[in-house]
Amino acid sequence: MSGVAGLLLRRLGAGLLTVVTVATLCFTLLHALPGDPCDFDLGETATAAERAQCRRDRHLDDPLPAQYGHFLRDLALHGGGRSSVHRDRTALQEIAEVWPDTAALAGSATLVAWLVALPLALLAATRPGTRTDAAVGVLSLLGMALPSLWIGPLLIALFCVVIPVLPFPGPDASGAASLVLPSITLGSGLAGILTRMARASLREVLREPYIAAARARGLSEFAVVVKHGLRSALVPLLTVGGAQLSALLGGAVITEKIFDRRGLGSLLLESIQRRDTPVAIACVIVVAATVVLIQLAVDLAYAAVDPRIRME
Amino acid sequence: MMLRLDGRALLGLPLVALFALTALAGPWIAPYSHRAIDLAHELAGPSRAHWLGTAENGVDVLSVLLAGARLAGTVALSTVTVSLAVGTLLGGGATFVGGRLAAVVARVTDAAQSFPSLLVNLAVLAAVARPGVGHMVMALAVTGWVGYARVARAEVLRLRDREFVDAARALGASPWRVFTRHILPNAAGPLVVQATFGLGAAVLAEASMSFLGLGPGAAASWGSLLDQGTAHLLRTPRLALVAGGAIAATVLGFNLAGDWLRDRLDPRRNP
Repeated sequence: MSGVAGLLLRRLGAGLLTVVTVATLCFTLLHALPGDPCDFDLGETATAAERAQCRRDRHLDDPLPAQYGHFLRDLALHGGGRSSVHRDRTALQEIAEVWPDTAALAGSATLVAWLVALPLALLAATRPGTRTDAAVGVLSLLGMALPSLWIGPLLIALFCVVIPVLPFPGPDASGAASLVLPSITLGSGLAGILTRMARASLREVLREPYIAAARARGLSEFAVVVKHGLRSALVPLLTVGGAQLSALLGGAVITEKIFDRRGLGSLLLESIQRRDTPVAIACVIVVAATVVLIQLAVDLAYAAVDPRIRME
Repeated sequence: MMLRLDGRALLGLPLVALFALTALAGPWIAPYSHRAIDLAHELAGPSRAHWLGTAENGVDVLSVLLAGARLAGTVALSTVTVSLAVGTLLGGGATFVGGRLAAVVARVTDAAQSFPSLLVNLAVLAAVARPGVGHMVMALAVTGWVGYARVARAEVLRLRDREFVDAARALGASPWRVFTRHILPNAAGPLVVQATFGLGAAVLAEASMSFLGLGPGAAASWGSLLDQGTAHLLRTPRLALVAGGAIAATVLGFNLAGDWLRDRLDPRRNP
């Protein structure tokens, strides 16, 4: 088992390197941007003394390598320093506040996508060339092509205005009921892609000799397709699912705006627009770190699903 | 080569054609200016004077839709052109040359693909104080080239050891000539397919950015109309549905056309 522990350590080390690289890129980009961060914070009315104080506080007059050192130390010790807009709060506190909303939406949208995609793909892959197969093809194409920009308002108009069964989105709407429409809005696009990949993957797997062998041993068709087929077909899907989950972290910003929700994507957008650099950098780094962790989880899931993949 | 039409083509191609036509002629055939204010008829329903009703400040919705196609088309065409050129040159060129450069480009494309691209687009655009069309194209191309680089790389790997390439080399053709005259024409199919999907994606991206308030302020945009629509969703859902519908129809058209082209241009994918 030392192989697994070693692999985990190596992957976590590589992940940390990725996160530091992203942080360094952020630092470089911010220094390449024109403008003095103190101008954004203090406004035009600040006196020269206030400006000098601000520059001293933020080590802006130090040489670049020293500034980079301060930047990394702030990041490691204080989670990216204080928000330059809400001065009494650190960047991590701001993120911790929206994180539950982002996690709930990303989780439920992923759940919707898989619950829709797997049955549809099973249906289509076991009946290739039939009308069912064609209908699933059309459905997945629609899911992929219709943007959340349209599905979101459509769902709100239908279920909150015409037939008011769900709460109208807003800051007051909370709980599971307020999560239904946003997760369908986000999930339908993911489901379209997943269905298509799952169908193709299943079709390929069902042609393998071991499927014929399972049939020859007299297993029921359900056991053949679901237990033997679906399991191997899952491997390429996990990669797609992982990438989708990563994209949901910040990419839900459109859906968040339509449904008047908070989230990591909206926080990043706001923080860049109001030049709250500590919060913006912390957002990007949290996204990068989560992407790394999701990829690690996907790799571990590979090994769990497919015994042919060894941990090396 | 005969391109056989099917359901996807019969729905997708007219949608694409309609969008192209609107983007070209939209601002000229619009009944009103997209900035003509009529405060007496704010957020009014459809009428003879305003076929699709009016938006905030009594602006004619149909005119905004027609004018907005121009911005969507401009951004989409420029983004795809820049991304296609950069992606093909970086992904295809580097792979063709080989060596360390190819390894670096492959590593960068892999890394770029695992990071949410919408977030990068937003970050680049939001960092500009008053974004214009050029900024938007730049922000979209920053992530857009990656898809083309991957396709171009795969095509070069598939083609570079084929007999006709060896023959061209043996006849003394320079690497540049081999790449542009022998590899690229044979890689065109998959790149065209990718570009078709890319046009749809760029239309959607423009709408998304404008929806989030990052669009070029003066121009009419489907995204900003949708932004108004979501603000008045309780009073007039029509506004959001019309704006979203225009976006959805265009994206659907490009997706259907791309899907159909992919099956037609690549005989191996035919079932």
